[in-house]
Amino acid sequence: MLSKKYPKEVKQILSKYPPEGKRSAMMPLLFLAQREEGYISKAAMQDIAGLLNVTETEVAGVVGFYTLYHEEKEGKYRIQVCADLPCALRGAEGFVKNLCDNLGVKVGETTEDGLLTIEAVMCLAACDKAPMFQTQGPEGIKYHENMTVEKTMELVEELRKSAA
Amino acid sequence: MTHILLRHREIPEINQLSVYQKNGGLAAFKNAVTTMKTTEVIDVVKNSGLRGRGGAGFPTGMKWSFADNKNWPHYVVANADESEPGTFKDREIMEGNPLQFLEGVMIGSYAVGANAAYIYLRGEFWEIAESLDAKIAELEEAGYLGDKLFGTEYSLRLYTHLGAGAYICGEESALLESLEGKRGQPRVRPPFPPSVGLYDKPTIINNVETFTNVPMIMTNGADWYKTMGTTDAPGVKIFSLSGRVRKPGNYELPLGTTFRDLIYTHGGGVQDSRKVRAIMPAGASSSLILVDDDKILDTPMDYLEVRKLKSELGSASVIIVDDSVSMDWLINKTVHFFKHESCGKCTPCREGTYWMARLTERIHDGRAVKADVDLLLNVAKQMQGKCLCALGEFSTMAVVSSLERFREDFDNAVKA
Repeated sequence: MLSKKYPKEVKQILSKYPPEGKRSAMMPLLFLAQREEGYISKAAMQDIAGLLNVTETEVAGVVGFYTLYHEEKEGKYRIQVCADLPCALRGAEGFVKNLCDNLGVKVGETTEDGLLTIEAVMCLAACDKAPMFQTQGPEGIKYHENMTVEKTMELVEELRKSAA
Repeated sequence: MTHILLRHREIPEINQLSVYQKNGGLAAFKNAVTTMKTTEVIDVVKNSGLRGRGGAGFPTGMKWSFADNKNWPHYVVANADESEPGTFKDREIMEGNPLQFLEGVMIGSYAVGANAAYIYLRGEFWEIAESLDAKIAELEEAGYLGDKLFGTEYSLRLYTHLGAGAYICGEESALLESLEGKRGQPRVRPPFPPSVGLYDKPTIINNVETFTNVPMIMTNGADWYKTMGTTDAPGVKIFSLSGRVRKPGNYELPLGTTFRDLIYTHGGGVQDSRKVRAIMPAGASSSLILVDDDKILDTPMDYLEVRKLKSELGSASVIIVDDSVSMDWLINKTVHFFKHESCGKCTPCREGTYWMARLTERIHDGRAVKADVDLLLNVAKQMQGKCLCALGEFSTMAVVSSLERFREDFDNAVKA
């Protein structure tokens, strides 16, 4: 139960919205539910539905709509590379390909050790610092800009070491 | 030029409360709350001629005056969903000069009588939300936010709220849906948010950059602001320059600065000394400006002049396309973006972006026949004017303009 596991966080989230806007807590609660496992389980959706007095279907509808919520367990860290137009004009497509080759995966796949999933995503508002990506993991979302494959592989090594 | 928005470039640590205060920060908010009527604040903003910086360019003071005074409470929402491909200005403001942005939100809240304001950030701005939360806590501690401010009856609280990855939430009615914990799908309008907004209450929504102008306008006056920019569009604008230029980045310049100045004086010119072939002045939502005559680069960048080139200034996210780029590749990119981001609510956009994506992919892959190019134009034109919100319309801009202005690229792709 979310409210048992994170009582302080749940209370703090609910305090941000007026009583008539309780449902606004949906998105922050979903991020909270996703924190540990990197995905939102059916049980967590039921839990949030109960907290906000909405149906599970309504919660699932929100989860399915937004790209930063995940319904399945993938890599502990998702490397989300911007491959949109402005980044692509500055070499993002070649960067994604080289990175995938180095990691031995294709876009959308997870490395064998279960640590990394590579995703190509839409614009991340860092068009002047391409190639770039964000990592989505247990600590939240972090930007990595002006990247090279070499720099990225160093980061991958760090993540591997800290996960070991 | 001295910056008025990106002030962190001249004043180190202006993101610290003490430094911000030392440079005049928060005096405008205190002055407004303690000595001015709300209508007086709105009048100053109206007289400054400030227009919304999110893309639509609507006069800010006028928007504020629309808040329905027969229906309470009022809310203020800052749109920090910055997701247009090519736009990265609000991020720099919130990272570098966050207190001026927050003060702008606070002044706006006072002006429309809101006691609560939400800052809706795209979910990817996780780190920025954390740092804004810390700034908000500091402002509460220092007595600038909370109950009965400066001994008056006015109370105000600010909250951040993270989205979770959806371009459509930058559209203000979709943003409100998302903020209410629903899927981010646009509402049918009218009614507009100043009448019926968050929780069905009057709500004023402005872009981050718009709010960040306000403390400087209140401090220095409307007349001062009008000394910059053009008569139609006073003030400064942050131009996000990206694509094939040597020095991409944010450039805060008076409205009316020419493309040439932006690209060559500030942006260091085109990569590999190539030629500018096309300009997308409003990110992926742009009609492409065909640069077949060098004089086009001398066009001043303001709302009216860019319209004369059959494009829009929008949020001034200027993407430079050089002569190495083929337009069939380019629109395949933009169309896939809009297909991915279409919320699915209205049929012309949901189906239209899907069909356009199939066609642009086929053309780019060299699997298309000439009739496919005509069909693409047909689909795009049929979408125009029929979508529930601007996203569907935007998705056709690059398609129609490139087919009209760069037809040879498509004919070559079909033949090859």
